[in-house]
Amino acid sequence: MSSSFIATTVVPVLYLLSAILFILGLKGLTRVRSAQRGNAMSALAMLIAAVAALVEMGTFDLQWIVLGLVIGGGIGALAAVRVEMTGMPEMVALFNGSGGAASALVAASYVWLNVIEKSSGETAANTAGVGSASAVTAVLSMFIGALTLSGSVVAYGKLAGKISGSPILLPGRHVVNLSLILGALGLGAYTLFTVTDPGSIAMYTLVVMGLSLVLGIMLVIPIGGADMPVVISLLNSYSGLAAAATGFVLQNNVLVISGALVGASGLILTQIMCVAMNRTLANVLFGGFGTADSGGGSEDNRDYTNVRSGGPEEAALVLENAESVVIVPGYGLAVAQAQHTVKEFASELEKRGVKVTYGIHPVAGRMPGHMNVLLAEADVPYEQLLEMDVVNPEFNNTDVVVVVGANDVVNPAAEKTPGSPIYGMPVLQVWNAASVIMIKRSLSPGFAGIKNELFEYDNTMMLFEDGKKAVQGMLTELKSL
Amino acid sequence: MIMGPFLIGIYVFVLAIFVGVEIITKIPPTLHTPLMSGANAVSGITIVGALSAAKYADTEISSLLGLFAIILATINVVGGFLVTNRMLGMFGRKKK
Repeated sequence: MSSSFIATTVVPVLYLLSAILFILGLKGLTRVRSAQRGNAMSALAMLIAAVAALVEMGTFDLQWIVLGLVIGGGIGALAAVRVEMTGMPEMVALFNGSGGAASALVAASYVWLNVIEKSSGETAANTAGVGSASAVTAVLSMFIGALTLSGSVVAYGKLAGKISGSPILLPGRHVVNLSLILGALGLGAYTLFTVTDPGSIAMYTLVVMGLSLVLGIMLVIPIGGADMPVVISLLNSYSGLAAAATGFVLQNNVLVISGALVGASGLILTQIMCVAMNRTLANVLFGGFGTADSGGGSEDNRDYTNVRSGGPEEAALVLENAESVVIVPGYGLAVAQAQHTVKEFASELEKRGVKVTYGIHPVAGRMPGHMNVLLAEADVPYEQLLEMDVVNPEFNNTDVVVVVGANDVVNPAAEKTPGSPIYGMPVLQVWNAASVIMIKRSLSPGFAGIKNELFEYDNTMMLFEDGKKAVQGMLTELKSL
Repeated sequence: MIMGPFLIGIYVFVLAIFVGVEIITKIPPTLHTPLMSGANAVSGITIVGALSAAKYADTEISSLLGLFAIILATINVVGGFLVTNRMLGMFGRKKK
């Protein structure tokens, strides 16, 4: 084959094939049965794109490429094999960051190779082979990529408990953030369109990335731990947009297409999370809501009267006569690593002829679908996991609801108390069931920081205990009955 | 109208967003975590640019940036697809 045939036909066909496989791979994820095959298709698409890139280059030195693939592949494989399912939000946060950083570095490398190291005495936009479109998108790629990196690291810190989960509100932060945005983009444009001295271009480019890194930190630090599902989704979207911007720099449409797919995916998940919390994206990003974690918190039972509490024995007695049980998991289930115990508990109930299902609120946990993955890990069949719209009408016919580590997503104030901060948020209507067993370590409020009247309802029994111990206790009692 | 590569890129980008939205709104919530980690792996597509950025294997800054870009993008690609596969395997497991 002649080299021109390869360049004009083989390479574009490979890239097109790759783009098609990315779309089909995503389509595979629309059903559980085809999801694994879809993921394999996306992986194949990636392989084809990488091969196409190497074919397109023609001649290249192997050292850096092999070294990079070995180191990156090793770290990635190790992380993928070792991560606990409860640690998925942290891992996804870090991966968002590395994706963003990689795109920013590719754009930076492009600027260094084609402008700074050439030192043609021209501005970047006037340099042959660069042009204004690539210059503008290179700035965008470095900007989005760098802020995705630092924002993701902060999100990781909050999720892993290395940074306080409470919002850190700096005075005048909106003004600071706006200045950082305008500063980074303005300086970037100024640099690539007017500066001709290579040394200055290099320095200014570094400043642009520095400002973007600071911006990423500033954007995520005021957001509370419980709002992390929104933040992770948004950063996911950014990592895709950074890749798409890099695609514009390199004029490679396979990057543009797959970057757009990731960008769209992140945006839709962000939207779903916001709807599930009845809040606008602006409110999540700028509101400084989400003051504390629902997992812990201080003892605060002053506001509660008529709370009925019991131990595992009483709970088991309630469960003994039940015919249908709905388990409602929340972030506390992940914190307590209780998914396997819950599954054992459910199996024991099923052995006794009880119909067991799970009611999953969209924002239960720290990332979209967090509960589903934990329960899948414990071998809970996915058919038993019911979405909010499906499970809500069922509560009227349910004997017992067991709430494990969830709070705000089962708060009746969302429907019954106009003026409550969470009024209007869609919640699981567990109070419609005959009995509710609420497993919680104390009466402390959830992330919304408000009282949950469900604790005072006549059909509610509080079980004050760590989620895993409580479920284990009920299981032991059930077996002895 | 003659379109330059940049304008074509914009068209492709906008249309791809529409395709993405069409498909992703059909993905069930139970698969949202695998969707995110899978999307994460896909954003490693920037490896295409990274490979070319590191092709000279010299110690110029552009090549070193390329090397680091390959490392980070490969972490995304390998880690993302593997962990997604691992998770989806759990969803597929049949009860005995």
